[in-house]
Amino acid sequence: MRYIPNSPEERAEMLRQVGLNSAAQLFDSIPKDLRLARELDTPAALSEIELLAGFERLAALNPGAARERSSFLGAGAYQHYIPTVVDHIISRSEFFTAYTPYQPEISQGTLQVIFEFQTLVCQLTGMEVANASMYDGSTALAEAVLMAERVTRRSKVIACGAVHPEYLEVVNTYVQHAGIELVHADFDSATGQASSDLAKLLDDKTAALVVQSPNFFGCIEDVAALAEKAHAVGALLVVAVTESISLGLLKSPGACGADIVVAEGQSFGVPLSFGGPYVGLFATREKYARQIPGRLVGEAYDKQGRRGFVLTLATREQHIRREKATSNICTNEGLIALAATVYLETMGRRGLQEVARQCVQKTAYAAKRISELDGFSIPFTGPRFNEFVVRAPVNAADLMSKLASDRNITGGLALSRYFTDRTNDFLVCVTEINSRAEIDALVDALSTVSEPEDTKTQIE
Amino acid sequence: MKPEITKVTSHISHNEALIFERSQTGRIGYRLPPLDVDDVPIDDLIPKSFQCDNDLEGLPEVSEVDVIRHFTRMSTWNYSIDLGMYPLGSCTMKYNSRLNEKVARISGFANLHPLSSEDDAQGALQVIYELQEHLAEITGLPGISLQPAAGAHGEMTGVMIIRAFIDARDGAEVSSQRRTMLIPDSAHGTNPASAHLSGFSVKTIRSTAEGFTDLDHLRELCEGGHVAGLMLTNPNTLGLFEKNIQEICRIVHEAGGLVYMDGANMNALVGVARPGDMGVDVIHLNLHKTFSTPHGGGGPGCGPCCCTKELEPFLPVPRIVRSKTGIPAGPANSTDDVYKLDFNYPQSIGRVKAFFGNYGMMLRALSYIQTHGHDGLREATEAAVLNARYIAKGLAGEYDKPFAADPMHEVVFTDKLQTRKGVHTLDIAKRLIDYGFHPMTIYFPLIVSGAMLIEPTESVGHQELDQFIDAMRSIAREALEDPELVLNAPHSTRIGRLDEAAAARRPVLRWKPKQAATAT
Repeated sequence: MRYIPNSPEERAEMLRQVGLNSAAQLFDSIPKDLRLARELDTPAALSEIELLAGFERLAALNPGAARERSSFLGAGAYQHYIPTVVDHIISRSEFFTAYTPYQPEISQGTLQVIFEFQTLVCQLTGMEVANASMYDGSTALAEAVLMAERVTRRSKVIACGAVHPEYLEVVNTYVQHAGIELVHADFDSATGQASSDLAKLLDDKTAALVVQSPNFFGCIEDVAALAEKAHAVGALLVVAVTESISLGLLKSPGACGADIVVAEGQSFGVPLSFGGPYVGLFATREKYARQIPGRLVGEAYDKQGRRGFVLTLATREQHIRREKATSNICTNEGLIALAATVYLETMGRRGLQEVARQCVQKTAYAAKRISELDGFSIPFTGPRFNEFVVRAPVNAADLMSKLASDRNITGGLALSRYFTDRTNDFLVCVTEINSRAEIDALVDALSTVSEPEDTKTQIE
Repeated sequence: MKPEITKVTSHISHNEALIFERSQTGRIGYRLPPLDVDDVPIDDLIPKSFQCDNDLEGLPEVSEVDVIRHFTRMSTWNYSIDLGMYPLGSCTMKYNSRLNEKVARISGFANLHPLSSEDDAQGALQVIYELQEHLAEITGLPGISLQPAAGAHGEMTGVMIIRAFIDARDGAEVSSQRRTMLIPDSAHGTNPASAHLSGFSVKTIRSTAEGFTDLDHLRELCEGGHVAGLMLTNPNTLGLFEKNIQEICRIVHEAGGLVYMDGANMNALVGVARPGDMGVDVIHLNLHKTFSTPHGGGGPGCGPCCCTKELEPFLPVPRIVRSKTGIPAGPANSTDDVYKLDFNYPQSIGRVKAFFGNYGMMLRALSYIQTHGHDGLREATEAAVLNARYIAKGLAGEYDKPFAADPMHEVVFTDKLQTRKGVHTLDIAKRLIDYGFHPMTIYFPLIVSGAMLIEPTESVGHQELDQFIDAMRSIAREALEDPELVLNAPHSTRIGRLDEAAAARRPVLRWKPKQAATAT
């Protein structure tokens, strides 16, 4: 095996030196009846040539990722321009083959990157403290809910129904044994935003109000108003962001009064990669710093007064506090946090603003064109960033598969995947990647493939 | 006496400020195509009060060259596997193959959206299915979910499955009496933290003087019917195979509990022994340890959860399953196979992560398994254990080895022989840096005073092992003859030991502009 340095002769010599005659004797401490007496039934070794051919063959079975396919699929994972430098930097072995910076003297590269990442997350979310990252946006949200319970010592959490359904499922899993009552609040079916009735659910037992903005339907929430409602009963406002590019144009959740902000950082230079690895951003107020889950990097000095960085406030963490820790998280998403840092520093202040502006303009254009089509409408009136719901005159799931097969377009996400009663609704996402020609092609395809005679044949 | 250090010497190390200190107004590092649709005033689209009003102040403005130099310079301050042996115990820092990186970047996978239709993602789903099959064979446990994103996440998933199973078996009322999770005193801190997240209280099992789970204490704790399960690492964190594993499983099962195995140390077992054959009910694996996906400076990981047939209904959803399309069953991977997402598991603990988990890590792990083949997997296990045994022998004279039993893939030593001169484990670790090695895991497991846990993995050759042993012996000599040299180490790095206590007392967790920094 080419990854194992020693030759058979060297191995034999080493075995001799440790007093053994055969490699099998290395496992004498395992009871005999537990030792596997056969070979594993896994494939025989492949050469690089064979292996790559196999994976290329499988990759070709994913037409959703084909170059010719234009896509308007978002809903928590977004296609954006990724500067070439991002992959080059994360491919440096000094970064990707290092581990958690337990030894600061020889890990300053990783540590300074995380310090910059924490700073960028604070700047974008409008918060004072950010951690070194979480697994993804969904688990970051679950951790935020657990933290809100710790901070307030209250046990009820109100979650807006316009939060990403998979995020809500994850929160539900995390809190099921934590003594937290998770209450789902309906969204306003006219605006697509959090309902104004939501305030009625808030009371002095409420630990947190959880909202997403822009929400799952692409509508931007009035975060400041929601913060006011939460704070009026002494609850925290937890804001989730799945499309982090929005932070380049929208008022930061922190500036709106949020107490904990979590976000999915995939939009910052991370490929779609069928759902992961992505990176969760987690930020809060300084007064809650000691309740934050996960790793934190802080500034430190050596005896000569030289600045460096170390993992700090570790007494919150599992390796010291064990069952009393703020979270069980150990490994986070270091390399993906690096990718996000490289992305944000490359795009910079102006680039992030420009990407956000292009998303908004192209989305507005697409929404206008689609809303002019016969039979199509846009059911929600709330302001939008780069996603919006379309109501089709036909079954949306059928329409999406027809767009894929006839026009090679991924038209969006049929909402019936999560909302069984919304059979004709689909969610469209437009980013800087989608050209005007692609948008026009989508509009054209929608207008023809959903013609009445078509629909008839489908129903029959 | 200055010892001769053969492996490292000082070289140019650039200084590099924080990017925020480098930023210059007006520098640009990107270019986008011009906007090709009408440029509508943003205020017509989004209410002014919803828009950012600080012009993203503070975000850096740098050129692409600035970015490349910034990160390249910082990268040179890191130790990495590619530089040399990285013997962090229980972390399995093995070689991260470039081929696996290439596989993960194939555009048909890298550009695939997780909400693509099943028709649009058959190849991606097949990858998940095949990896599940291989992991089932390797662990002897047929139920698999690849959704957990890391080891601790897999632990949480496994422990929640135990809870859901017991709740279903005993009914809510009876099972509410069964809320104790047993964890050995040598366990990783994530074990008790994960158990707590699942609503269990933790009771600690003692280890014997020989370094094994104390069976009498286990029996005692199992009395009374409160025990839901045991979380056991095997080989344990002392590097020893729990030789009584079958008896341990029997005791826990007879008490009505289940056995969870922390698979952090599976690199000692792949192809040699299977947790499923030992009586273990559920286990997590670390693809970023045993299956070589890169550690990435602290993630991403992937922590698959593998369980018995009995526990399968409780795994997270969606499950990735294979079905035949009406045509009679053909050979595996025939074109008749269709891969599907199956949400229909009403007893499932639920979803633990959006989408399907850290998919890119699954590609790399499958590539690892295919590159090694079944014989290569066993060969890697043998090499990993042989290397640890070689170090155990090589250091036994100079360092205190607290447990007599032969280690598996990692070995623990202590600083007992060095403390007389005031040299402690931390100092030995720091001095090792001067010899060109990343230190071992230190002060873990907690039950061993001054622990040094060394895991060489299979990715180290004979000569480098000898260099490591020589370096450690040399440090042992220095500790006797010139303790100051060791106490002030490292001497070769760009910064010295940092004042971590001060950093924690007044934490500075982000950069701020100068004026703002003094204001708060």
